[in-house]
Amino acid sequence: MNNNADAVKLARRENHKGINSSSFLFDQLLSVSFDQTFLSKRKVWRKSLVGKYLLMTAVIGWFLVLIVLPVYGIVKKAFQNGLTLFITSLTTPAAIHSFVMTFWITIAAVIINTAFGIILAVVLVKHKFRGKLLFEGLVDLPFAVSPVVAGFMFIILFGPNGWLGSWFEAHHIKIVYAFPGMLIATLFVTLPFVAREVMPVLLEFGLEQEEAAYILGASKWQTFWKVTLPSIKWGLVYGITLTIARSIGEFGAVLVVSGSIINKTQTATLHIHQEFTDYNYAGAFSAAIILAFASFIILTTMQCIYGRKGIH
Amino acid sequence: MNKTFPHFTINGSDFALRGLAFFYIGLLIILPIIALSFKALEGGLSTLWTNIITPQALYSLKITFITAFVMIILNIITGTATAWVLVRYNFPLKNLMNALIDLPFAIPTVVTGIMLVALYGPNSFVGGFLGKYGIEIIFDKPGIILALLYVSFPFVVRAVQPVLLEMEPDMEEAAKTLGASQFTIFFRIVVPTLLPAILTGAALSFSRAIGEFGSIVIVSGNIPFKTQVASVYVYGELESYNQQGALGLSIVLLLCSFVILVLLNLLQIWSRKHEQ
Repeated sequence: MNNNADAVKLARRENHKGINSSSFLFDQLLSVSFDQTFLSKRKVWRKSLVGKYLLMTAVIGWFLVLIVLPVYGIVKKAFQNGLTLFITSLTTPAAIHSFVMTFWITIAAVIINTAFGIILAVVLVKHKFRGKLLFEGLVDLPFAVSPVVAGFMFIILFGPNGWLGSWFEAHHIKIVYAFPGMLIATLFVTLPFVAREVMPVLLEFGLEQEEAAYILGASKWQTFWKVTLPSIKWGLVYGITLTIARSIGEFGAVLVVSGSIINKTQTATLHIHQEFTDYNYAGAFSAAIILAFASFIILTTMQCIYGRKGIH
Repeated sequence: MNKTFPHFTINGSDFALRGLAFFYIGLLIILPIIALSFKALEGGLSTLWTNIITPQALYSLKITFITAFVMIILNIITGTATAWVLVRYNFPLKNLMNALIDLPFAIPTVVTGIMLVALYGPNSFVGGFLGKYGIEIIFDKPGIILALLYVSFPFVVRAVQPVLLEMEPDMEEAAKTLGASQFTIFFRIVVPTLLPAILTGAALSFSRAIGEFGSIVIVSGNIPFKTQVASVYVYGELESYNQQGALGLSIVLLLCSFVILVLLNLLQIWSRKHEQ
């Protein structure tokens, strides 16, 4: 039963990648019967069973040591010196300021990249133009570029002597080492998520219904709100969740662009880095726990949405 | 009334939409890359080259590629095995484990670094124990590899899992009845089928590894000629207001990103052909 639920989930993921997976249930059935014939020969059965349990133990052991044990390690360290120290290091002005900063950057990044993500997805799925493949590759680029290099690019472009920066400088608008620059860096690293999650859903569900609505006389705007948006809803929500996770967690690009000024341009991740380099481990561990907890919530949300993404 | 299918004609609103998309990508991706390239070539190619071949920059590149390579080998083996166990076997809490595979994607990289220090650092229970035997993990290369393994763990697993799920067992079955050993079946049938997926996962891991910054800056200690990786070198140069020095490796890292993106697209084409 479990296996089938997994199969459905994975097959959906695959569908989003555009790979044909129409016969996954059939495959699943086949693999069951395969297992039975496999197990019917006693000698093979015993041999494969030993291998099976060895492999299972090794994989689960590796997973526990690599992924789960560090989470335990940090929980233990953060509460080592009591709850009071945990709370006092989280309520310093610098810590509070950094979390508020992360909050606003995340909100702004989600709003802007949701809007542009939908636009990018619509253009990439429905429009035909020359160089579309290249355009698609450019949308993926932030996945591949090192965050430090990304931050550096924005310093060059928006710095006081940069092509765009000099214009802003003349109009007394600060971009680099200020909120706008940090937002731009976050926008860059989170740009692909909404577009990439909405594209496959749009490809699969949107078109015919939209055409029908259009023929029946709905305006483009009406078609978008009443037909397109509901059909891409879960893909969109999934993309937004990924955007939130990355916005909260972004470090390298924001560090370079912000200059990491305490109480001014520090986000939560920069605050953790600051505390760590200042040897204030209690502060670093406590703030890290909060972000780790946020990641668990995000992960749970992702899992819940995943099941619904394909169902409308 | 001139209403045709929306995607057959280009009218004003479509044009505006496309304009917005081009503007956003232009502003956020194309223009910054052009600005960086211009800046890098401002002083001529030879200046750029001398910035790349300083001993410290070259050493940091070497560390980056060596740690990435070790990580990829380990990740290919463990990732494929994990996908195999998750698809083919049943055990208690399997769904929980399957969900937690994505944890490294959700956790901020700085937090990953802090977690590894908390567990393997000099004053922690695992790190303290290993320290007695002279094994240093944090502030040394094993820490970098560990951090890379953590942040890129899901890539191979999530690439291989769907292919494994769809793989038809009749070939394995046929080989079995014809008397092939498990070893032969694995290397002659299973591995070739999974190869495009494994390579895709490996390429994604590699792209992540050469750019990775947050977790490494915490665990490595950033000691030049010992644990300083390329991205941390770029950051160090920027910190000391030496933009020229940062440009060299930035261009190298950017070129690596391009190459990997092209490679990934080729892999996708290959795996589609592979399926038919």
